[in-house]
Amino acid sequence: MSETAGTESIVGRGNREGARLFRQWFDGLGQAAEENRGGAYVFVMGSLGELLSTFDLPLVFPEINSLQTAVRHQAHDYLNEAEDVGYSPDICGYVKADVATQRRGGMLPMGRIPKPSIAVLTNACNTYIKWAEIWERMYKMPAYVLDIPASRQDGHPVNRHTPGFERDRKYVAAQLRELIVVLEQVTGKKFDVDRLRETMKHANTMSRGWKRVLELNQSRPSLFNALSDGTIYLGVCNGFRGHEAGAKYFDQLVEEMEYKRAHGIGTLVDERHRLLFVGVPCYPIFRRFTELFSEHGGTFVNSTYLWFASGGTNLGFEYELSDPLESLAEGLLTGVSDAMDSMFFQTKALVQMVDDFAVDGVVYHPVKSCRTTSTGQADSRRALMAERDVNSLFIESDMMDRRVVSEAQLKNRVDAFFEGLESRRNQAAAGLV
Amino acid sequence: MAYAAGVDVGSTQTKAVVIDEKGKIVGRALTMTGANVTRAAEEAFAIALKDGDVREEEVEYVVGTGYGRYKVTFGNTQVTEISCHGRGAVHMFPETRTVVDMGGQDTKAIRVSPRGEIVDFCMNDKCAAGTGRFLGAASSALEIPLDQLGHTALRGERPVKISTTCTVFAESEVLSWLGKGKKIEDILLGVHQSIAGRSTGLAWRVGIEPEVTFTGGVAKNIAMIESLEKAMGMKVNVSDDSHYMGALGAALFALDHIFASRTPAASRGVSA
Repeated sequence: MSETAGTESIVGRGNREGARLFRQWFDGLGQAAEENRGGAYVFVMGSLGELLSTFDLPLVFPEINSLQTAVRHQAHDYLNEAEDVGYSPDICGYVKADVATQRRGGMLPMGRIPKPSIAVLTNACNTYIKWAEIWERMYKMPAYVLDIPASRQDGHPVNRHTPGFERDRKYVAAQLRELIVVLEQVTGKKFDVDRLRETMKHANTMSRGWKRVLELNQSRPSLFNALSDGTIYLGVCNGFRGHEAGAKYFDQLVEEMEYKRAHGIGTLVDERHRLLFVGVPCYPIFRRFTELFSEHGGTFVNSTYLWFASGGTNLGFEYELSDPLESLAEGLLTGVSDAMDSMFFQTKALVQMVDDFAVDGVVYHPVKSCRTTSTGQADSRRALMAERDVNSLFIESDMMDRRVVSEAQLKNRVDAFFEGLESRRNQAAAGLV
Repeated sequence: MAYAAGVDVGSTQTKAVVIDEKGKIVGRALTMTGANVTRAAEEAFAIALKDGDVREEEVEYVVGTGYGRYKVTFGNTQVTEISCHGRGAVHMFPETRTVVDMGGQDTKAIRVSPRGEIVDFCMNDKCAAGTGRFLGAASSALEIPLDQLGHTALRGERPVKISTTCTVFAESEVLSWLGKGKKIEDILLGVHQSIAGRSTGLAWRVGIEPEVTFTGGVAKNIAMIESLEKAMGMKVNVSDDSHYMGALGAALFALDHIFASRTPAASRGVSA
């Protein structure tokens, strides 16, 4: 293969293949809806895709469905519909878009989703539980809530070698055994531990790949934009967890990033500023939001979103396949605890990221409709500024609701942020700092 | 003698200044922005030139700022008003470390370095509470001209507590206090204190470090100065040209470009 042909086939493959897998996933959901087969409604922070897929339950991620309505500029119709029946403008936009989706018989811009046979969730986000209660009322199906003890410690990953962790792990394992009984009742299928080993093996490959992909972005120039490209990778990470296709995707993604690094192919032609993103993306103007930064030569080299919204998969935790259920409990506890800590106590992790990725600026993006990810950001920013002399930007908008996204205001702040970064660069060049 | 100019196209008003090589303002202009932003910028620039008795060809560089900065079609480049207010404030008051800029639709708190560079900033988001527009609503409800609000408020002795944070609802709250028989000056003093409180809250988000310089159109309001000083617990600097601080900062950035263009590139070591 010639050099040019190699570049053309490898560079951008992760984005192309990610889009293809996304369509494949939704085709499967559409077929399940057509055949009146129920799905497992799950969330990104602790989906348990490895276990649920052994029961042949199609995985439905309402968070991903909702954000897709925003990316496709249709969220306002869904939000308005939910507000028309009494849901407050202050409630999570993901919840409201999902309520409207259910009222429309599961219809989304991407296709139809099946109704839930079961919802499986954790306490990682306090809205998850109230959200699942809506489905319980609508469909009279079970919602199984896994109580994951939070460590609430700064720095990740959680320390697994403590008596407290072992007690928590056993607690989670007991819940998993209980969940399996519920799943057998809902699906009428017997639990197959060998199938679980198989899906966990694929999850191991995926976790290993995801961790490596994130690490590779320390390269200069950075290989992918953690906000735009990273969100595509994240979609595969969630939707295809435990699947062979997902494992293969991440193997190939590592290959793509290694190739780009070896050939010095960056995500921007002229990378001037390396940025870290904290929070949830601004989906109503998803592409434009990234452009506001790339126009100034700024690219996001990492994002806390890629940690917590992958349910902690970023850690690269690998299951011990000889003892699958106990190890699944350990992985779930580790991943979800880390996802929670990524939001509540993130200073050490951010400091590490600033150092490892040679970050010039940190962008905090609290959003109106998600208290869980937004509430502590002002404190986090102050704590980081006390540790590292790095420029930061604090901009507020929303993940779903375009009524509270003002592009002119965002641009003004982003422009001022880059003026500060350029000023600092010029001072450094002149030997003033 | 070369001149530099800054044109600050704000949501309500457009300001322009022309400065000489020493950074001294020689001409200034203030016009209403209106619907035709480019025309407002051109008009303000023309008036400032006339005011300074400067010919257009004598102005070597023009920087546009404010929300309409990209509509300053005759400008050489654009800089945000956040950077410009910081730069202008430090030029006027060199010990400035915190800037509070209160404009028609937004209020900014800016922390600056001794060189006038931005260290941190914070602005009101998607809500005009705590801005000049809040005063406009009170002015309308009480039928008192804007330029008399401050003096009227200073006669207040028992300020009412304005609880709303919404500029639209502020008007109905003001009317409800009138209905309860409260004095106009007490209501107005309450309005000023409410705005000062919200602005101080913004300033705390970036960290208040003295000296504080108060800029923007609202800085002409004597009651707002007093309310802000009370809320912050310290004196604030206010210039007679506070209204023009953004335009001044823009003109100073323009002056940087003029000086940089005179310096051999190799010795500058910095990008433009």
